[in-house]
Amino acid sequence: MSNLFDLLVAGLATGAIYALVAVGFTLLWQTSQTINFAQGEFVMLPAFLMLAAMHVGAPFWLAIILGILLSMILLGLAFKLLLVDPMMRHGVLPLAIATMALAIGLKEAVKQFFSAEASPFPSIVPTGDISILGHAVSLQSIGVLVVAILAVLGLTTLLNRTSLGHQMQAAAQNPTVARIIGVPVERMILLTFLINAFLVALASLLITPIYLAKFSSGEVLGQAAFIAAIVGGFNQVRGAIAGGLLIGVLDNLAAAYVSTQYRAAVPMIFLIAVILFRPQGLLGRAEERTV
Amino acid sequence: MIRFGKPLKIALGLIVIAGLIVIPMNFNRYGLFILSQWAVMSIAAMGLNLTLGYAGQVSLAQGAFVGIGAYAAAIMTTHGWPLPAAILVAIALSFAVGWVLGYPALRVQHHYLAFVTLAFSTLAFLVFRNESWLTGGIYGISNIPRPHVFGIATNKPLPFYYVCLGTLAIVSLAVWWLIRSPWGRAFMALRENPLRAQSLGVDTRRYTLMAFAIGSALGGVAGALYAPLTQYIDPVPFNLSLSLDLLMMVIVGGAGFFFGPFLGAMIAVLLPEWLRFTEGYYLMLYAVAVMLLLIWSPTGILGILDRYLAERRTKAASALRAVAKSRLETAQ
Repeated sequence: MSNLFDLLVAGLATGAIYALVAVGFTLLWQTSQTINFAQGEFVMLPAFLMLAAMHVGAPFWLAIILGILLSMILLGLAFKLLLVDPMMRHGVLPLAIATMALAIGLKEAVKQFFSAEASPFPSIVPTGDISILGHAVSLQSIGVLVVAILAVLGLTTLLNRTSLGHQMQAAAQNPTVARIIGVPVERMILLTFLINAFLVALASLLITPIYLAKFSSGEVLGQAAFIAAIVGGFNQVRGAIAGGLLIGVLDNLAAAYVSTQYRAAVPMIFLIAVILFRPQGLLGRAEERTV
Repeated sequence: MIRFGKPLKIALGLIVIAGLIVIPMNFNRYGLFILSQWAVMSIAAMGLNLTLGYAGQVSLAQGAFVGIGAYAAAIMTTHGWPLPAAILVAIALSFAVGWVLGYPALRVQHHYLAFVTLAFSTLAFLVFRNESWLTGGIYGISNIPRPHVFGIATNKPLPFYYVCLGTLAIVSLAVWWLIRSPWGRAFMALRENPLRAQSLGVDTRRYTLMAFAIGSALGGVAGALYAPLTQYIDPVPFNLSLSLDLLMMVIVGGAGFFFGPFLGAMIAVLLPEWLRFTEGYYLMLYAVAVMLLLIWSPTGILGILDRYLAERRTKAASALRAVAKSRLETAQ
């Protein structure tokens, strides 16, 4: 029983990270039909930007700020202007392929300019355990969970409670009508790219202390986030959050109760089942079929 | 009007084929390996081009089928079976699995299908890695023999390159015939407008499954050649990134163009080699090159050529029209 509790907490903590990454993924899909196959690499890069800032002597807090700002410029602004904008009119597939190439490029750039080895990364949460209900729970798990939940709450408040958020949703749901009623659709799309960049930088900050900074660490994370987004509902922010938490917990439980060898298979089989029986995702709205 | 006439096309084709046969004769071992790899990847990409380019189904599982073919060939040939038998089994196996994988394609489309196939590709990788009683697990299968063809041993790189090239030629002819057959036209009808295809009496279910199964079977053929080519296989080369690479090859070369996969595989296999002088930067440059190409021409390299020829044709046509018009005017 104690084991189950620990597994749940650890699962929710990794799930919260998946949720952060998946939310950004669904935001990009909703506003600009961008399937970003480099989303995992987008999480990998900010940690290295922060490490680079620390290498030239910046203190940790400054490195965090610089890392977040740089990732918003590179992974938000530059990504949109240099890759997504010129490719938007060509449809989903070529853009998806271009982001695959981008993923290769980012991985190789980090490997080449930084290091092929895994580097340690300082944690913003102190290490150690605290006792909850008689269970030793790592502070890191709690910290990750809390920060991720705060970020997601902040985002949903922005989307649902503010005029800016309403404009963003309008731009995502029906760009033509949004444009007619005076929503600056282009600016809203850019904003979602910046938010995505911010979320991946945050995820990077939270997850890298646990798994180390490695050029290849984006592969697993990107895949987990895709699964989370699809399982929860591709067109729903809350779907991505639920999907992220679900996949995190499922992954941890599978490792303990199914088999370590096939742990990665459990979320996959779950994904196939969801797509076959409820293609719009567990919480998603059904999109009208184009066919 | 400047158009490639049929004799010119045939002559060009013969020159390329002759080049592929003659020039590698004085290549070193490594050059021949790379070229054989190009032939093998072209076969796999051609299969994916059928599924994606002609039938319009996005699949991220082609790498898994190459793996299925490779393991089938490796297991059978190390147990003393001849390679042709192994190739037949690889075809049958990947055809059957591809057929089953086609069922989700009947229900879901586009990106959902991409993710179902992505999941399948990861599952296949796990099976290759974990079922060590069959696949050797992470230690893989080594000492995969190369076949005797017409009594000639193909242990040396050059003869085996010809085995790969010969298979590529056979597969190319088969695909060439297929896309010109009613089946190929049904595939294209499926891609352009599934609803209309159905109303015209195309059995969409059957052809979707067929497109998947035939495409996958070609992946199996490529795998069955890959195993004796490298003579050692483990699960790593058949992970998701191979599927992504193959997808990139098809799109970069030009999806839906017959020669697209050849060019795409050439770029994916040879370009990193040519860029090797840049040391560690070559994959980065490759990635940038792919992005730039796709921004410039989302329909791939053959898309550029296609557009260029179309423009020439329209220009020539409008020039003719202008001449005709001025003649009319002078006549008046």
